[in-house]
Amino acid sequence: MAAFSVRMVHVLVLWLAVCLSGTWAVDKGNFKTCDQSSFCKRQRALKPGESPYRVLLETMELTNTRLTLQLINDNNKVRLLLELYRLQGNITRVKINELKPLKPRYEVPDVLVREPPTEPLSVLSQDENGVVLSLGAESQRVIVSARPFRLDIMEGHNVLMSLNSRGLLAFEHLRMRKDTFSYKVTSTVASVWDNIKRVFSSQAEPEAEKKDEADPANQAETAKEEEEKVEEGMWEETFKSHSDSKPNGPSAVSLDFSLPGVEHVYGIPEHAEPLKLKTTESGDPYRLYNLDVFQYELYNPMALYGAVPVMLAHNTKRTTGIFWLNAAETWVDISSNTAGKTVFGKMLDYVQGSSETPQTDVRWISESGIIDVFLMLGPTPKDVFSQYASLTGTQSFPPLSSLGYHQCRWNYNDQEDVRSVDAGFDEHDIPYDFIWLDIEHTDGKRYFTWDPHKFATPKDMLQGLMDKKRKMVAIVDPHIKIDNNYKIHNEIRSRGFYVKNKDGGDYEGWCWPGSAGYPDFTRADMRAWWASMFAYDQYEGSMENLYTWNDMNEPSVFNGPEVTMHKDAVHGSWEHRDVHNLYGLYVQMATADGLIQRSGGVERPFVLTRAFFAGSQRYGAVWTGDNAAEWDHLKISIPMCLSLGLVGISFCGADVGGFFKSPSPELLVRWYQTGAYQPFFRAHAHLDTPRREPWLFGPENLALIRDVVRQRYTFLPYWYQLFYNAYRTGEPVMRPLWVEYPQDPATFAVDDEFLIGRDLLVHPVTDEGSRGVTAYLPGKDEFWYDIHTFHKHNGAQNLYIPVTMSSIPVFQRGGSIIPRKLRVRRSSSCMEHDPYTLFVALNPQRTAEGELYIDDGHTFNYEKKEFIHRRFSFANNVLSSVNIAPDAKFTTKSWVERIIVLGASKPSKITLRTAGE
Amino acid sequence: MSGQYLVLLFLFGGVFSVEVQRPRGVPLSKRPLYEEDKPFTCLDGSRTIPFDRVNDDYCDCQDGSDEPGTAACPHGSFHCTNAGFRPTFIPSSRVNDGICDCCDATDEYNSGADCQNTCRDLWRKEKESMEKLAEIAKEGFLLKQQLIQEANRGLEEKKSKLTDVQNSKKDLEEKVEALRMVKETAEQPEKEAKDRHLKAWEEQKAVIRMEKDKARMAEVFLELDGDGDGFVSVAELLSHSELDQNSDGSFTEAEAQELLGGVDKLDTAGFESIWSKIKEKYMSGSNTDAPAPVEPPQEEVKEPASDNDSEPYPDDDNPEEEEEEEDEEDDDEMDDGDYKSPPPTETHEKKDDDEDGTMPPYDEETQKLIDAAQKARDEFDEAEKSLREVDDNIRNLEKEISFDFGPSVEFAYLYSQCYELTTGEYVYRLCPFNRVSQKPKYGGSETNLGSWGKWAGPEDNIYSVMKYEHGTGCWQGPNRSTTVKLTCGTETVVTSTSEPSRCEYLMEFTSPAVCQEPPPMSQEPPPMTSDHGHDEL
Repeated sequence: MAAFSVRMVHVLVLWLAVCLSGTWAVDKGNFKTCDQSSFCKRQRALKPGESPYRVLLETMELTNTRLTLQLINDNNKVRLLLELYRLQGNITRVKINELKPLKPRYEVPDVLVREPPTEPLSVLSQDENGVVLSLGAESQRVIVSARPFRLDIMEGHNVLMSLNSRGLLAFEHLRMRKDTFSYKVTSTVASVWDNIKRVFSSQAEPEAEKKDEADPANQAETAKEEEEKVEEGMWEETFKSHSDSKPNGPSAVSLDFSLPGVEHVYGIPEHAEPLKLKTTESGDPYRLYNLDVFQYELYNPMALYGAVPVMLAHNTKRTTGIFWLNAAETWVDISSNTAGKTVFGKMLDYVQGSSETPQTDVRWISESGIIDVFLMLGPTPKDVFSQYASLTGTQSFPPLSSLGYHQCRWNYNDQEDVRSVDAGFDEHDIPYDFIWLDIEHTDGKRYFTWDPHKFATPKDMLQGLMDKKRKMVAIVDPHIKIDNNYKIHNEIRSRGFYVKNKDGGDYEGWCWPGSAGYPDFTRADMRAWWASMFAYDQYEGSMENLYTWNDMNEPSVFNGPEVTMHKDAVHGSWEHRDVHNLYGLYVQMATADGLIQRSGGVERPFVLTRAFFAGSQRYGAVWTGDNAAEWDHLKISIPMCLSLGLVGISFCGADVGGFFKSPSPELLVRWYQTGAYQPFFRAHAHLDTPRREPWLFGPENLALIRDVVRQRYTFLPYWYQLFYNAYRTGEPVMRPLWVEYPQDPATFAVDDEFLIGRDLLVHPVTDEGSRGVTAYLPGKDEFWYDIHTFHKHNGAQNLYIPVTMSSIPVFQRGGSIIPRKLRVRRSSSCMEHDPYTLFVALNPQRTAEGELYIDDGHTFNYEKKEFIHRRFSFANNVLSSVNIAPDAKFTTKSWVERIIVLGASKPSKITLRTAGE
Repeated sequence: MSGQYLVLLFLFGGVFSVEVQRPRGVPLSKRPLYEEDKPFTCLDGSRTIPFDRVNDDYCDCQDGSDEPGTAACPHGSFHCTNAGFRPTFIPSSRVNDGICDCCDATDEYNSGADCQNTCRDLWRKEKESMEKLAEIAKEGFLLKQQLIQEANRGLEEKKSKLTDVQNSKKDLEEKVEALRMVKETAEQPEKEAKDRHLKAWEEQKAVIRMEKDKARMAEVFLELDGDGDGFVSVAELLSHSELDQNSDGSFTEAEAQELLGGVDKLDTAGFESIWSKIKEKYMSGSNTDAPAPVEPPQEEVKEPASDNDSEPYPDDDNPEEEEEEEDEEDDDEMDDGDYKSPPPTETHEKKDDDEDGTMPPYDEETQKLIDAAQKARDEFDEAEKSLREVDDNIRNLEKEISFDFGPSVEFAYLYSQCYELTTGEYVYRLCPFNRVSQKPKYGGSETNLGSWGKWAGPEDNIYSVMKYEHGTGCWQGPNRSTTVKLTCGTETVVTSTSEPSRCEYLMEFTSPAVCQEPPPMSQEPPPMTSDHGHDEL
């Protein structure tokens, strides 16, 4: 629902604008361009060239787990501390912070699942030009060049990645404001304090102490040479009517990365962009800043609701990834073959001449915090997924029912409406698992409450759904109505849990309920309290089949700058500036914890979020926000979810039908057909649109929609197994083709079709009036079987497929075995004990493999090894089943009722052999 | 995994403990098609299978007919006997899904669901509610007969009234014509007398004006003739820059000379000939310092000023506003448009009149003629107004008589009535055949939810739904509209309203007028015993 992101007083203005222009799109003027964001403008003004930073090699310290070095900026003599770690699983971590920041700089907590385990580093060689370190196996080395500073990661003779090769490392050190009285006073205090610190730290760091003392001139110089121009926007900036007081002044960080041999980079969601990222020289960089964008526009690098600062780079030989762990506003510039030399130092001379190879250069710019970057070195796509998973965790394993169909609308008006929509699904024999309630279900937008007239007896309603083995999701947004008669508000206020404004009072913004406070979800105690609010005795009217939806958690502030929170708002000792992109993650984290806790840790939660960050995959599902009923929005749902899958967030979907505006029956049917083959399958619609339950478009369209929803349900065992796999490995459920065919460049930019797991290829019809689509079937020695007709096609071809309204081109890979349940019932829970049908699709070698995973579908008991996990293989005309989790135990009433072998001739005889356990 | 789930392609089904008479889920009517000990042919004829594969929980027939009692086939159906209630079919997918669908619980024979046989209860409840409905229908149908009688009586009355009114209209028309003659006859002499009076006054005014003009000319001549030599010269003229002929800001000698008719100076007689060219622009007492061209803009400024005067909501209006908001608004609009703009021109004219004095009153004779004409006019207007009223009356009657009030005019009683329903926030108002509206309970203006459109029920029951359309527009949406569903009831009430889709309202409305004659005998209850022979009704 819910992205009506204008101040109420602006509604009329907006309306006029719409009327006058006759167009329908985002109001770009509400959001900053790089030029309007002072740090981005400042940083982008720096051009590639020789870096002012050099390494003070004499400061090198190497312990078993890390290497530290000091860097000095020759222009202002400010020193930085570089830390280098070799992490388990072929990851290199590079951290750069000020050696002595005026005050601590923000380092993102709670995103890494643990302090990443390290592996020993060793020095291979060292001279006055730099240091060469070994990264262990595979002859991987890091070369630290001293003057100017740069880092190169090599494997054999190949450069995998270079840092600061274009000299764009920039670190705006914290400083005192010079034109104020307080500067003089505090600077004196600071120097005294420095001296005190030095005395006390002398024992711990005798070496550093010595160096400091040995170089007093340098210290003095530092102050003297600090003649940075005070540029506009450093200490205060305004956007539209909003001013940002910036008490800490400039604090941006920036670093460039060169990727030789790379032409394809992916990731850094969320943008309404194709899968393959574009170069950004001619426009704005990609922006990562969680924003509630009203009626977002497609095909541009504007920021959207969520941000995952992870980029993947791929060529036929290798896949790598860059994870830039920074939660502040971030911009990413991408250019191609514009970098300077790829040569550095004697050791690399032989690389000369390779300057003609394609190269992609990337530059990350963040407004505050530090540089903390993880270089995931692959080499395969799946290695990168597992490397990233080792850092931020994997997709949470969702309840099976959440993989079914979700029926949503802003709003189902009252209990009677819910009852009749529920009955409609039975009457028209369409399965569904969840019906959703948007903001109107609450008592005046007070979350955790129910409208006393429209939803007077929520438990009756929930019981009615439970009797049908169905569930409900109700929205709980993180803005809290300021109302002294509202328990949640009173508690948060009295506990001091609200985010504060720059003057120390509770931050207030305008959102759905009117004036609202924003709980400080960055606080662990706040999150624990929030989680406790989901207990059945706290959240009145809730039952175990009620789940939660977190919307507006960018956070959306209708009257804030760019419809979000002021950057100088305060979270404890940090500014909102530092934590912004993390806020939404925390909201979902606390909510998911609440759902787990209310069941005593037994039941898996289901929480949908709109805002997200790296690590959000651990807490539930995301959707692509407030899209529109337009064909292009249907198309973009594919790359948007593919990009999210690449960075760990598998449970992704777009509003089926489009949120704003009203879809034609054809678009609606096509959207159902596409959504049924995407991970999160939910229809949703704006309050102002006509009703669009599946039976409102005539019997033909009803039949088409019913058919595809049922197809979804037949594949639930496969989806479930893939989610289990995603939970175990971090591999995306919905995948770009190149992930499975990394050596086939024809797949690298494909984003009008996709794979589910590795065995289903889907090419949805996303054009109006389409009579056919051309699908690329990858794999030179592969077969692909049409799942509807069982026709066999050879791989590595572009196949033209004529389509009618009932067509959804989906193919099963030869060599795979997919378990399905063909007895489709009212909901996934009703299908629990039903038998399986195995679809065995043979490859040219007449073999096939597949898996089946079964558990209770809703508890955490799988962690206690209560599940069945078997591998099927077909070879030599024998289909066998092997238990691949022998230590796990689970009993099911289900059985295999049918085996369909594709690509085989009719056997003369079939025998069945049951081996003993 | 316990091993037994990966068992066989075909489970040779447990023999079902169904009554011997027929396989589970088969309706009695199809019993003969399921003959034990004989191979079974799918009902679509597609295939023949051994009978032990009927209801073996594996689907063999495309049409699902081999699995009437299990969930194995995707498109099959299961027959609930529902002894004591009404038998029914459910989709096969609801067999053993853990949810009780058949009231006799026969669909959940192997799911562990705890289903009770509720058929008798259901029947009792249905019977009660059917009896209640029948009661209502009966009573309502009686009421409906009265309504029809009344409506027919009303219709007759209206028809005869229409005839009456149409007759009286003829009389009235004649009267109007007669009075028009009288009026016109009286107006002719009135006009002549008035014209005469006016003409005399005009002439008198012209004389006065000419004298004034002459006096002014002499005065100006004296002013201009600065040196008192009895001539106005070019030089003397030049001090009056407002006389600049081409208004370019500089009044040159050439221009002045041209103004004087080409000569250097003029005496009084000569001045008279150019006076008309000067008098409009000339400014008394002006001299070289006076900035001339500023004048015209100042004139223009006056208009906005007068606009200010007619500002519709001066502060002192407020007390009234609170009392009668809507009326007040209407008044203001009138003020703004029709009334307030004329006054400025009026006062302007009056000024002119003031200069020349006011017109003397009519003489007695003229006044008499005027009074007589006025009387004739008033009488004519009065008669014409009555005629218009009669026309309206006729139109309304004709409209009402021809209105589609249902096959027996049973809905006529709703005409020009209104029915309200108050909900949490709003008061909804349905005025049948007119409009539907919504007004916030605690103040605020009314919203039109649609005006009468048409009867919109399904073809066989068109009078069961009313449609009201073209209400107030919605932001980014359609115009509001309302569907009114009519059901039989002894009272005429709006029972509920809702907005299923944005700006599309739904109203439930009961009325005796939709009650159908109940069948002569109330429905035969199904057998209360579980005798299988009787379940096919």
